[in-house]
Amino acid sequence: MARAVSVRRRTIATAAAWLIGFLIFFPILWTIITSFKTELEAFSTPPKFLFFEWTTENYGIVQERSNYLRFVSNSLILSIGSTLVALLFAIPAAWAMAFAPAKRTKDLLMWMLSTKMMPPVGALIPVYLIFRDMGLLDSRGGLIAVLFLMNLPIIVWMLYTYFKEIPGEILEAARMDGASLWKELVYVLAPMAVPGIASTLLLNVILAWNEAFWTLNLTTSAAAPLTAFIASYSSPEGLFWAKLSAASTMAIAPILVLGWFAQKQLVRGLTFGAVK
Amino acid sequence: MASVSLRSVHKKFGPITVLQSIDLDIEDGEFVVLVGPSGCGKSTLLRSIAGLETINGGEIHIGERQVNHVAPKDRDIAMVFQSYALYPHMDVRRNMGFSLNLRKSPTRMVVERVSAASTKLGLNSLLDRLPKQLSGGQRQRVAMGRAIVRNPQVFLFDEPLSNLDAKLRATMRTEIKALHQSLKTTAIYVTHDQVEAMTMANRIVVMSDGVIQQVGAPLELYDRPANIFVAGFIGSPTMNFFDAVIDGKQAGLADGSLLALPASAAVTEGQKVVIGIRPEHLHFTDTGIPGTVVVVEPLGMSTQVTLDAARERVTLLALERPVLAPGDRKHLTARPQDIHVFDRASGLRVN
Repeated sequence: MARAVSVRRRTIATAAAWLIGFLIFFPILWTIITSFKTELEAFSTPPKFLFFEWTTENYGIVQERSNYLRFVSNSLILSIGSTLVALLFAIPAAWAMAFAPAKRTKDLLMWMLSTKMMPPVGALIPVYLIFRDMGLLDSRGGLIAVLFLMNLPIIVWMLYTYFKEIPGEILEAARMDGASLWKELVYVLAPMAVPGIASTLLLNVILAWNEAFWTLNLTTSAAAPLTAFIASYSSPEGLFWAKLSAASTMAIAPILVLGWFAQKQLVRGLTFGAVK
Repeated sequence: MASVSLRSVHKKFGPITVLQSIDLDIEDGEFVVLVGPSGCGKSTLLRSIAGLETINGGEIHIGERQVNHVAPKDRDIAMVFQSYALYPHMDVRRNMGFSLNLRKSPTRMVVERVSAASTKLGLNSLLDRLPKQLSGGQRQRVAMGRAIVRNPQVFLFDEPLSNLDAKLRATMRTEIKALHQSLKTTAIYVTHDQVEAMTMANRIVVMSDGVIQQVGAPLELYDRPANIFVAGFIGSPTMNFFDAVIDGKQAGLADGSLLALPASAAVTEGQKVVIGIRPEHLHFTDTGIPGTVVVVEPLGMSTQVTLDAARERVTLLALERPVLAPGDRKHLTARPQDIHVFDRASGLRVN
């Protein structure tokens, strides 16, 4: 419903929206700007906003000091791998919960969500010890397992909400038409749920990409993703703001680009089911 | 084509019994309508026949085969859903051919069957459209087409017309009936609309509270309802009911007026009964039950008059055009052979 809004109020609202948007974006912008400063200018007071000597030397140094591509490939493998494994489990689980609910389905969903409320650090020591004993420390496989389990509740929840939107009668019609369970999933449910599955996939790739707690604690070098790459620049020798900013910018760039292109899907994914 | 028979079928949802001991035989080629108010179990019964619900007891036979433990996909029956349940990502052609393609039927056969069905239903110009590009009536037709290309043993219809507007509903009703007459496949049709039931069925099954109230041909149910429920459910406008007490060969109504009973009424002196009279069987007379006109509704072919008489609100359907105004005092009567007598305690017909 369109409401009559005066020009003045609309101007104020627009200005406020831009201001809030800018405040939210500012840390990222500042990181990017800082990455082009020299170390000296990076922490000069008062801070220099745009008028300083722009330099790309930090990027060069970061490239020399660490193998960026190895971190990127680890990040890609971990985030995409863990999401795909999770989908493999979550699609059948969400199907069962949405279309063949039992008495305790709602409780089960709540319980799954509640595991996300536990601070991860509570599980760090047991997980660390298990990983040490099984030789999984600093391995991609181990980390994929942790990330997959960590995001599984959210993935099941998202898919469950999507599947709930699909009328059960269509699946019943397929059953009457002679479809086996497998064919029902492949030919009827999956094509109808493609947008939902796609945005779930995207959102979870981003979540896994940005995950820092487990990746920092369970890796050292071989399986270390970009989060570890950034962390390595806040070293005991002292902070190197400009280099840290350059590393951060390099780490967030790929996911920022992905997010930009997938905006529409992502917003749909986050608000799906809220409005019919 | 096949017959369907149900033997003491019952079904519970948790502690609630939705079907209790349903026995029903549907002959090969018959068009049977299950009718009843919402929550009476008619849809559950249909879904049980389809295999979409498992029953807690009893037997379901389709043809010679007991199908209690046969999956829906193997029962060889087609179902038309209230929401049509078309596959939104497939065009009309693929929607209709889906079942045959699942069975890996030869392409030529799929093409032939789909084109035969679409010609029959007037869908030829719509074959490349997606469901969302179709109107309600067209979707309904596609849903029917999807059912007939399979040439199944039995058709099931779950309130297929209730999402359509009144005019389209009347047209589709005629079309479904004509379709059944040409295909002669056994059909079971669920509806809450007694007009649909009356116009389409070979036989009507009236259900209430998970129990079959009466089974019979439409006019049989209309002329000789077995109990008060069926009497009130079948017919529009609904039958008038009067509480009465037997007084000799007559029934004494609440206002003290007397009504002559049919000779066939098996009643005893002083028995509490309910008298049922259809609106078209009530007539204005000089003596009889006194009543006051409340509303006069001319319908063209007939005139519907609402009156207060014998402490009830009464509907009268007059084919002539009476000149009446609200507040007029009139007398009502009905021929004994048009009167239905029910026992008040059991609700059962006693004449």
